[in-house]
This record gives sequence, C-alpha cells and structure tokens, in this order.
Amino acid sequence: MKKLSRYRRHKFAAPALIIAALISLGTTFSIASALPNAQHMAVTSQSTLIEEGKQIFARGCSSCHGLNAEGGSIAPSLIGVGAASVDFQVGTGRMPMADMSQQAMRKKPAYTEAETAALAAYVASLAPGPASVTNEQLTFERDGNVAQGGELFRTNCAMCHNFAAQGGALSLGKYAPTLMGVEPKQIYEAMITGPQSMPVFSDKTITPSEKLSIIKWIKAAQNEPSLGGASLGRVGPVTEGLLIWTLGLGLLVGVAVWLTMKAR
Amino acid sequence: MSSSKERVAGNVAGYVDDRTGAAKWLKKNLTKVFPDHWSFMLGEIALYSFIILLLSGVFLTFWFVPSQQDVIYTGSYAPLSNVPMSAAYASTLHISFDIRGGLLMRQIHHWAALLFMAAIVVHLLRVFFTGAFRKPREFNWLIGVGLVTLGIVEGFLGYSLPDDLLSGTGIRIAEAILQAIPVVGSYLAFFAFGGAFPGHVFIPRIFMVHILLLPGIFLALITIHLMLVWYQKHTQYPGPGRTEKNVVGYPLMPVYMAKAGGFFFIVFGITAFLGAVASINPIWLYGPYTPGQISAGSQPDWYMGWLDGLVRMSPPIETHAFGHTISWNILIPGLILPGILFTGMALYPFIESWITGDKREHHLLDRPRNVPNRTALGVMSLTFIMISLINGGNDIIATHFHLTINDIMWFTRIGLFTLPPIAFVITKRICLSLQRADRDLVLHGKESGRLVMMANGEFVEIHEPISAEKAWTLTQHEQPEALALGTADSNGIPAAKGLKAKLRARMSQANAEQIQTPTETEAKELEGGHH
Repeated sequence: MKKLSRYRRHKFAAPALIIAALISLGTTFSIASALPNAQHMAVTSQSTLIEEGKQIFARGCSSCHGLNAEGGSIAPSLIGVGAASVDFQVGTGRMPMADMSQQAMRKKPAYTEAETAALAAYVASLAPGPASVTNEQLTFERDGNVAQGGELFRTNCAMCHNFAAQGGALSLGKYAPTLMGVEPKQIYEAMITGPQSMPVFSDKTITPSEKLSIIKWIKAAQNEPSLGGASLGRVGPVTEGLLIWTLGLGLLVGVAVWLTMKAR
Repeated sequence: MSSSKERVAGNVAGYVDDRTGAAKWLKKNLTKVFPDHWSFMLGEIALYSFIILLLSGVFLTFWFVPSQQDVIYTGSYAPLSNVPMSAAYASTLHISFDIRGGLLMRQIHHWAALLFMAAIVVHLLRVFFTGAFRKPREFNWLIGVGLVTLGIVEGFLGYSLPDDLLSGTGIRIAEAILQAIPVVGSYLAFFAFGGAFPGHVFIPRIFMVHILLLPGIFLALITIHLMLVWYQKHTQYPGPGRTEKNVVGYPLMPVYMAKAGGFFFIVFGITAFLGAVASINPIWLYGPYTPGQISAGSQPDWYMGWLDGLVRMSPPIETHAFGHTISWNILIPGLILPGILFTGMALYPFIESWITGDKREHHLLDRPRNVPNRTALGVMSLTFIMISLINGGNDIIATHFHLTINDIMWFTRIGLFTLPPIAFVITKRICLSLQRADRDLVLHGKESGRLVMMANGEFVEIHEPISAEKAWTLTQHEQPEALALGTADSNGIPAAKGLKAKLRARMSQANAEQIQTPTETEAKELEGGHH
C-alpha cells in the first residue's frame, strides 16, 4: 500500500482511479442486471466463472466466433444468444463443430459440465439472453400432460422431427435430428433458443407448462416399447415396404423354389 | 375293417354322384396337369394373400367404426387419453389395444396387403418377361392389369381408413390429385368429400368401397382370371417333350392339391409371423388426423411410392386461363404419367403382336434372353418405376445415408429421362450376349475343368458336349425374320405407307436383331473335327 500511495499525487492518479471505479461499477452492474436475484456471494463466484469462461472461449471458440464473440464470416455473433444457447450447443457436443458441414452434429461433448457452465456464463455476460434451464424448472414428470404434449408435438414439431420424434430431412442436407436420448433440459433449451434451422418457441407461443408436456410426451414415446413387434425405425412405410420385398417375398420365393425342386 | 369303411365311402360317393353327376367332372378336372416351376407359384402368393386379406379384413370389420364423428378417447392407450378424434381412429385404437388379437390381426391384414401387391407385381413381371400374355391369353393380361390397378386403389383406401395422421395426409394428396383434373377437378373433389376437405362423409364412403365394392370386383376378376387359366391351360417353359399342344407336369390330384394347399398355409404362416414380430403402421404413434398437422417422412405404402416420387420431383408449374387453374405439377405426375404407363401396359400384347405380325397361339414360354427387345423394354419400365420409387423415399434416404434431399431429387429428375434408355440398351446387349453364350455352349460344349497339355506345349481345356435335351432347350426357339414391309406382297398388294408402317417396319427390324442359333450343318461340321 505504501508503494501505491507514493503515486497518489501523480497527475494520472485521479483519471486512473475514475476509470477503475467506472469499470468495476459497470462490470458489477452488468452482472447484477444479468442475474437480478443473485446474492452478493454468487456475484463474486459468477465473476470468476465469467473470467474462466472467457479464457475457454478465447482458446476454443474465438477462432470462428471472434475474440469478443462478435462473430465472423463463418460463424454468427454470440452476443445476446444467452446461456441456454451455449448450454444446448456445447452440452450436446454440437459446438465446437467437427467440420464446416451443413449442420453441426450431436456428438460427445468436448467440454465438461463445469466448463460448459463457465462458457455459458461468459456469453450470458455479454448481453442478456435466455438463461440456462435448471433442474428445478424441469418438473415435467409431475406437471406435464402426455396427451396434451402429444397434441402440441404433432402440431409444432412432427413436421420436421417425424411423428415419433425420430428426426427428418430438411432442404440442402440439413435435417431435424432425432430426439431419442436427448436430455430434457436440452429439449427445453432448444425450444427457447431455436438452434440451427429450428424456430424459437417463445413462452408466448408455447407456455412453459406446455413445454414440459411436450418433453413428457417425447420421453414417453422414447420409453414406449414397440407394441407391434420390431419397430422398423418408426420412420413410416418405407422400411415396411423394404421388409416385405426382402424378408417376406424372399422367404416365399424360397419356399416356391423348394416346393417345385424335388419334382424335377 | 377297412373294406367296410371303403364300402361306406363308396356308397356315399355313389349317392352324391347319382344326384349331381359330379364323378365325371371331378375325374376330368382332378387329373388336370400343371407344369412345375417356382415362378408359376408367384400368382398363388397373390391369391393366398387375398384370402388372408378377406379373412383378417372380416375380423377387423367387427369392431371398426367407419365414422368421422368426433369422440373423446377413453381407451387404454394413455398417451392419447382425452384427445378428441374421429370414431374411426378411436375404433382402430380399440382394435389395437382392447380387442384380443386385434393388433395382430391388423398387422396381418396390413402385411398381407403389402405382400398381395408385391406378389402381383412379381407375377406380372414373370408373365411379361416370358411372353405368357401372348395369344390366347391377352384377356387374362388385361384382367391382371385391372387387378394391379384396383389393388393400388384398394390398398390406398385401406391405408386411409384408420384416419390417423398418416392416413389423412394421404387423403389430402388424393384430394389434390382429384382437384388437378382440369375444369371438373374441384367439383369432383367436392362430390367425393361431400363439401370441403375433410368433411364427414369420406371415411364411410371409402369404407364401403374398401370392404364391399372393390373386394367384390376382385373376387369376380380373380375367378375369371383362374377360370381362364384352367380353360386355356397353363403355359410351360420350353424343353424336350414339351410342345404347343401338350402340358408336361403333375396332376392336380394329389400333387398340386398338396403343393398348393401347403403353400397356402406357408403364405399364411409367414404373413402371421410378420404380423407377430414386425410392427406395421403404428397408428397410435401417428395420432389422430387434423388438417393442421403433418409428420416429416410421410410416405404412402410402397406400391404408391413411385407415384409419390413422381409428384415430389415435378417442378412447380401452373397455368391460369379462362378462370381455371391447371396444376401441371400434380396433373402430369399424378394422372397423366401413370395413365400412359398403365395404358401402355394394358395394350402391350396387342402392340407386340402387331409388330411381330404373329397371330398364332403360344403355350410355350419365351426365355427372356431370346426376346431381347421385350426384355429390354420391361427392364426400362422397371428402371423408370424404381427411380420414381427412390424419390418417393428421398427424405428417409437423405437422413439415413447422409445425403441431401435436393441432390436425390435432381438425380431422379435427370435419371428419370436418361437411365431408362440406358437400361434398355444394356439389357438388350446382355440378352444378346447370353444368346451368344448359349450358342457357344451348344457348338463347343461345356467346360470340363480338365486341362490337357498338347505335344507342342499348348494347354487346352477339354470341352464336353452338353446333353441333347439341354441342346434342344437352348435352340428350340424361333428367330423370325423382320417383316418384309417395304415391298408388295405375293398378291401384288402394295405395302402400307406412312409413319405407322415405317414405325412397324423399324420395330420389326429391331426385333430381328438376334444371335443366330446353330444350324444343323454348323453342328455337323463341328462334330467332325472338334475336340
């Protein structure tokens, strides 16, 4: 402190102090406004989280998304996408992308849950956006209505994701992925952030309780045993036609050959 | 013991015969001879799956409610509890989940329908490629074309009845095709649906057509089809001892009674097996139909897949004139192309006989290689259908093989015009090569696998002559010359002129492109010095 006090009358001391005060005030305010209900302690740990996230971002994401997440020629700006978006994209392994294909594929996540949370905190600190979904919000087991979820799914989701959430093709090599095995949290986050070709389903379009119903229906569809025997992928009549021409007709032609063979 | 039993049986038979005169008729018909070949049993698969369809279909009608009345579902499938739906859909769920054996019967019915159409198609291909449609069997060919056409319609109606999301999507497309008919289309759609789509009359109407009208027509046509086979006798593949005047094979009683009867149970068994182990059309997952919903990857059953593929690849062309809109993008792939295809198929026997000038009866079948043009034409048509079918499943293919739907569409758009002619040329070349191979086999015999070193060090493989029976089979077919259409005939009647005559001459000439079968002198010459 003594060393520092030596400069207290330096001609830049006053401006430096004002700048430092402004920065700390601004940072605190922005964090506080991003997390309005956060306790003072949480704010402190949040700021270290943001710092950690910023470093991970600089190493793993900035080459495409820019040093300050401002975006570039090959990747969009992340300012304002929110923590939910990061949690979905990184948590499902879509980001970082393996290659510049039409669409990021779901794969094994490159970052741990803690690293993902740090990245999400950093991106969220840039500008307000949808927050990550917490487990407390995911009360679909208790609050969801399967039948209503099915209705909503068929009205809003099935046109791309197929009637049994098995996924479907979109134009130019893009596709709606299968929803089998997707974490409820990620399904919720996809609905509120609209990743890739997916539209955003805001809470006005589909209310939070309706979102829970949709998740409950998807989980019910996933866990429903195939009631009629082998499911054939639940992709409709194409695989059924394939089976009748290969196994069905194949067996019968084999039998016909066998029936007429002995007599020769 | 047994002698007294025989006496009783004899008395009963005598009693019946005295009153019906059945013995003479039975004696004649039970000994009727049928030739033996696996490809002659393909039509039987279709017949047996039709019987399975009738049996399982009657079972389903006991509980199916053909009504579009709105009901609230209260059955045992929880994910649809309290969902509003049509009575038709609710009753299909009821059959699937609350009727003992209902789901199995539904699945057997649907698998049998897919099998029915597949068996009809392979049977049709066998008849086409072997020339079994030639005189006197043209009527039976026409009945067959009628059956396959009605089969497509009947299958589509069955697919539509449960009124699930997939059914409704199909009906919507059918409505669009109806509406695409110029001028009267919108009226026809209104008549069919009793007003605006979807209305409340469509399910009851197609139910009647599906369970009464079309099955009745099927029964009648199949009966005539079989009576004609019976009356005209079955065709047979060429071979020693087989002529246009006889049928070489086994009698109905007991050989074909056992074979055909056993085959029925095998077909039933395999269909029931599929119904038991493989899910088909899980309507509870699709949900009830509402016009506002649709599922990705909505497909028709396979026999309509090619039509769907054609519609999917057609560019969006519409014209508006005199207050009418003509949607060429639906009209051409949905009605005109299938119309041309099926008309061509129906007329083919007559076209071929016009080209060849052959008005004789044929009971001996052709080996496909010996009629290269017909075989190539068949493969060409199949290629057309296959390419359309691929585009019908373009979305499923795209997701499962990581392709883009646009690339598949462009491949099929271009392929639809380029690949069938290529298939024609390649098939014709293959046929001619096979003819060449047959000729070689007859003249030089088959390879024995024994290599002999000659005195000068040359290695030679010993060829063994093939059996006389085999040689006869390979050389028995006719190789007609091209019709002499350019000149006046022996009575001095001048040759027909004009485009039609030219076309006929050109096609007749193309038919005459064959590899000459070995002549007697060629065979004699070779016998002298060869190997």
